[in-house]
Amino acid sequence: MNVFKYGDDINTDMLFPGKYTYTCATAEEIKPHLLEDLDADFSATVQPGDVIFAGKNFGCGSSREQPALGLKAVGVKAIVAKGFSRIFYRASTNQGLLLIECADAVDAYNPGDTVEVKADAGEIVIAGKPYSFPKLPAEMMAIMEAGGLLAYTQKKLEAR
Amino acid sequence: MGMTFAQKVLAKKSGQNHVAVGQIVTVKPDYLLTHDNTAAIIGKIGTELEKYGVARNDLNLIVLDHVIPAASEKNAAGHKKVREFVKKYNIQHFFDLGEGICHQVVYEKGFARPGRIIVGSDSHTCSYGAVGTFATGVDRTESAALTLTGETWFKVPPTIKVTLKGQLSKGVSAKDIVLKIIGDISADGANYMAVEFHGDIQNLTMDDRFTIANMGIEMGAKIAAFPVDDSTQAFFSEYNIPFDASEVLWADEDADYVRELEYDLSSLEPVVAAPHTVDNVKPVGALEGTPLDQVLLGTCTNGRLSDFEAAAAILKGKKVHAGTRMLILPASRHIMREAMRLGYIDALVAAGAVMLPPGCGPCLGAHQGAMAPGEKTLSTANRNFKGRMGCKEAEIYLAGPATVAASALHGQITDPRKEVA
Repeated sequence: MNVFKYGDDINTDMLFPGKYTYTCATAEEIKPHLLEDLDADFSATVQPGDVIFAGKNFGCGSSREQPALGLKAVGVKAIVAKGFSRIFYRASTNQGLLLIECADAVDAYNPGDTVEVKADAGEIVIAGKPYSFPKLPAEMMAIMEAGGLLAYTQKKLEAR
Repeated sequence: MGMTFAQKVLAKKSGQNHVAVGQIVTVKPDYLLTHDNTAAIIGKIGTELEKYGVARNDLNLIVLDHVIPAASEKNAAGHKKVREFVKKYNIQHFFDLGEGICHQVVYEKGFARPGRIIVGSDSHTCSYGAVGTFATGVDRTESAALTLTGETWFKVPPTIKVTLKGQLSKGVSAKDIVLKIIGDISADGANYMAVEFHGDIQNLTMDDRFTIANMGIEMGAKIAAFPVDDSTQAFFSEYNIPFDASEVLWADEDADYVRELEYDLSSLEPVVAAPHTVDNVKPVGALEGTPLDQVLLGTCTNGRLSDFEAAAAILKGKKVHAGTRMLILPASRHIMREAMRLGYIDALVAAGAVMLPPGCGPCLGAHQGAMAPGEKTLSTANRNFKGRMGCKEAEIYLAGPATVAASALHGQITDPRKEVA
C-alpha cells in the first residue's frame, strides 16, 4: 500500500490539468493524467487501497470531477486532509470516494508509518494510534452507501 | 433571530418558514447550467435518459463556450452530441457557440433573477449572486442526477458579511476589491459558506458586482450575493428582463453571521495575485517591472463593457509593447458588438491586440493562447493555478482590466494609476 502526502491548497488543475477537461471523461482517459502537474509518478505508482494525505483546502478550484472520478477509479481508499473545498467534497461523495477531514491525523503521519482506514468505525489508525473522524450526514451517507450518486439516483427512479 | 440571504432562499425553496444553519434541505433548482461538459454529463446517463427522459425540458440551460470553435475532432463530436440531445429532448434553453461565456449568457438572457436557485456544472456559477440569485457550482455527476430528477440537496451554509464602504479611487477596480478580500481571508476563507455584500453597494456598478460574485469561489464560497437595488432594476430594464419585486429576498437586519469584515473602498489600491494561488495577493507596486510575455483581457470575470472601456482608454492611439502578446476576449456576442460600436475593440486591435471569440478562450488552457515554459502572463481571469493556462512551467498573475492594459503598454506589470487621467 502506498501513502502519498501533499501540501495545502492542492487545486483541481494540479489534480487534473484543465487542458484535458473536454477530451478526457472516462476513467481510462483520466488515469494517465491524474496529478500530472503535482506528482508525475502518481499515475504509474497508485494502487487500489492507497491513501492520500494533504493539507487544507484540498480540491479547490474548478468543478471538474475528473479528480474525484479518477481517484475513485484507481482505487484510492481515502483522502485524509486538513480540509476539502466544497465542490470537491460533494463531487467525491457523488463518486463514493471517502474523504476524511482530520488535521490531527495529517500532522501525525510520517513517511513509513502504517495507515489503516476503518471507515465504518469512523477511525483512521496511524502507527498504531487511532484518530476519529465524524460520520457523514445521513443524506450523504445514503449516497456513499449506494456506491455514488448515479447508483443512488437509479434506485430512486426505479422506486417511483 | 432573523435569517441570512442563504437561509431565506433555502427556506422558501424547500417550503419551510425557517431553516437553520447546518440543516440539510431538498430543493428543486430553477435552472441547471451546463456547457461543453453536457456531452460528458449525458454520457453518464444514456440508459436512464432513454427510460425516464429529462426531469423538465426547461430546467437545463446549455451554453457551448468552453472550447469554441471546436479545437479538435473530439471537441466537435462533443458539441454535436449536445446538439442532438437538445433536439431529442426538446431542451428549451440552448445557446450554441458564439453567444458568449455561459455565465454572461445566463445573466444577459434573464435566467439569473432575484430569489432563484441556479445550480451549474461550473464553479463560477456563483456569479449570479450579482443580481440576488442563489447560484452555486456542482460536479458533472450531480448535474446528471439533476437532469433526471430535477432536485438536489443543500446544507444551509453559515454566512460571512462583508461591508463595503465609500468609493473606489481612480485606477482601482472591483477586481482589486475581491482580490484584496481573498488575500485577506485566504482561498478557503469562505469554504462551505455564503458571502453577503452590504454597505455602499450603490457605488458599485452591475459589472463590478458580477466581477466580485464571480470570484466568490476563489475564497471557497458556496454563494456570493448582493442585494437588489435600483442598479439591478436598471440592468433588468436595459436587457428587457421582467422584474418581480415580490421575488426579491435579502437578509434580515438581525441575521446571524459567522464573520464580519469591513472595507473602506477609498483606501484600496490596485493589487495583483501572484503565482500560483489566488490568495497570493500583493500591491501592484511589489510586482512592478515583472516582464510579461502575454496579457489577457476578458473572461467571465472581466470581459464586460466597462472592462473594455477601461482598457481602451489606456491603449487608444498607443501600441502594446513589442514582445508582449495581448489577447482580448469579450464575455458575450452582445458585449462584443457593443464594444465594437463604441470603438473599444477597434482601439485595442489597432494597438496590437488579438481578438478571440466570446468564450472561455485560454483561461483553462484548453486552446487559444496557451503558455510556454518560462513565460509570464497577466490576466483578468479568475485563476492562476500552476498549469491553468496549459503549461505548469508558466506563471500566471491576475489583476483588473486597467492594470492589464497599462501592463500591456509597458510589457511589464505596471501600476494603472500612472496611465489613468
